[in-house]
Amino acid sequence: MRLLEYQAKELFKEYGIRVPTSIVSKDVESGRKDAEKIGYPFVIKAQVPVGGRGKAGGIQKCHNEDEFELKYPQVLNMTIKGEKTRAVLLEKMSEYEKEIYLSLFLNRSKRCYTIISSAEGGVEIESVKNQVIREIGLGDVTKKVAEEVAKEIGLDANSITYFVDILQKLSKLTMEKEAELTEINPLVILKDGSMMALDGKIMTDDNSNFRHKELTKYQEKTELEKKAEESGFSLVELDGNIAVIGNGAGLVMSTLDMLTDNGGKAACFLDVGGTATTESVYEALTLISRMKNVKAVLVNLYGGIVKTTIVASAFLQAYDDKIIILPVFARLMGAESEKSKEMLKDSETQLSPSIEEAINKVVMEVNK
Amino acid sequence: MTDIFELLKGKQNSKGNFQKQPVIVQGITGKYGTRHTKLMIEYGTNIVAGVTPGKGGQKFENSVPIYETIKEAVDKTGAKISIMFVPAKFFLGAAKDALEAGIKLLVAIPEHVPVHDTMKIVALAKQKDAIVIGPNTPGVMIPELIKIGIMPASPFKFGNIVVLSKSGTLLYEICNNLSNSGFGQCITIGVGGDPINGTRLTDALDMVKDYPDLEGIVVVGEIGGDAEEVLAQKIIDENFNKPVVAYIAGRSAPKEKIMGHAGAIVMGNYGSAESKITMFSKANIPVAKRPIEVPVLLAGKIEKK
Repeated sequence: MRLLEYQAKELFKEYGIRVPTSIVSKDVESGRKDAEKIGYPFVIKAQVPVGGRGKAGGIQKCHNEDEFELKYPQVLNMTIKGEKTRAVLLEKMSEYEKEIYLSLFLNRSKRCYTIISSAEGGVEIESVKNQVIREIGLGDVTKKVAEEVAKEIGLDANSITYFVDILQKLSKLTMEKEAELTEINPLVILKDGSMMALDGKIMTDDNSNFRHKELTKYQEKTELEKKAEESGFSLVELDGNIAVIGNGAGLVMSTLDMLTDNGGKAACFLDVGGTATTESVYEALTLISRMKNVKAVLVNLYGGIVKTTIVASAFLQAYDDKIIILPVFARLMGAESEKSKEMLKDSETQLSPSIEEAINKVVMEVNK
Repeated sequence: MTDIFELLKGKQNSKGNFQKQPVIVQGITGKYGTRHTKLMIEYGTNIVAGVTPGKGGQKFENSVPIYETIKEAVDKTGAKISIMFVPAKFFLGAAKDALEAGIKLLVAIPEHVPVHDTMKIVALAKQKDAIVIGPNTPGVMIPELIKIGIMPASPFKFGNIVVLSKSGTLLYEICNNLSNSGFGQCITIGVGGDPINGTRLTDALDMVKDYPDLEGIVVVGEIGGDAEEVLAQKIIDENFNKPVVAYIAGRSAPKEKIMGHAGAIVMGNYGSAESKITMFSKANIPVAKRPIEVPVLLAGKIEKK
């Protein structure tokens, strides 16, 4: 789960990492009240679960009421890289001397955590220069390690104490919440040498959610995503018009790639899981019937242990119940595919022997 | 390092035969465990015991003894291999018990295991000199001999190609294509779709690279992490000169979205398909655009040799 900035900052505060005064709101009336409380000038920040919002205009300085009336609705109604603004954060402007970078992330190939820090912050990590990288195991960062990192990035004696404190608190948060990434960018050094987190990014491990009921409140799922999760599917909504269903994440991604190569645009990525059943495929079709903009459905199933007839039955049932009225193009590979073809021959489903053919047909259908 | 081929099929005896090694199933009585245990036995895997707390003393399908603990199962059978079907939240405990009981090859099927739990098991496995495959893996198999996993039998034929895959169904799809093109497999290893793998692609390469009849390696990767990049670098550094071809799923996936597998997420450039494809080209490894192209690329590579 990727936390929004304000949620990350709530956790920072909980762990004693200093953040600027800020208030979050989701409509302009509440925003107005917050503006009074905070006092001008402040920064209006779009809360979106994606990077690069600054460049996209999602962060605006606001000096007076006129600017507020203009900019708040603008930021609230913004879509950045396909992500709608979830909320708006009004944040007191801070005066600082220097921006630095600090993060802890799960290093997959080394199978440990890694501290990344740099004396140059405020830009995207890829362009952060002079990175100090330090691998650490599962567990809190020791004072010694934190001090070494602080010295390596060239902080002065006064700032080192503050940095060590923040790094240790950040590592505690990372371990306790089982985060895959915690990032403070920029971490700013104030006049007195103390430090404050101006931005925050936290990614937690969804698979550890069962141990972190306290994080449930941060979950922002669409109705469809919730339904998908209940049925044990993985669903990612996209902005095209062809719904893509398959079994197994790799196979569905591969289908999405081939569809895109052939000029098709996917409306969703729907993985029913490695083992499809009549019920799960029926449930998947139901979900798709609730999605807007879908003009056709592309199905790619590799039935290994699962017989394709089980899938064919789901389709027949969905037609009977009038769940699907859209044209469906399917490639069902594996056990009993001949029998499935026979079952589906009078239905709206067009079966193809190869995924390439099914893709060509579905792209032609939506471009008709 | 423990030899995975020896673990799976034992040492060649004086007559030139191998002895299939005994396997324990943790979580043998669950719905999933039951179904796949039957299929593994059908395939010829030597399943000697099951473990389900509370069902010790019973028999699975009237033949395979069930024990209360993995320790008991290991003590009674001497098996060094275990496959587990326990729910994700019990993975940590079950895996710890298995490694402490002396299991040397642990195949962890469960999906949705917390990353921290996997990290703890990775550390323990290192201490015990054991191999962990997974979690979130379809398993490992030597086609036509031994299947320790949930893969269907039909796509796989025996031969001299190694297939390493992050994905399950794509592994089946690509092996089916390979088998149809006359490229049988000597071993297939599903490293799993999680952020942290018990056996990484690089570890898997080390396990198979000295296989005497090895003709080529197929790597089935996907977006997320940097396992493919690190593998390509290793192939360059070690000057590994057997034919290698790859397929990468997820070129068209949006950034910062989890695409089904917990590990399949692009953050900035970290984990992107472009990054992986670029590194593979540096290592002179062709990357197929579609699964069907894999055998064609492999044939080209082998011919060039």
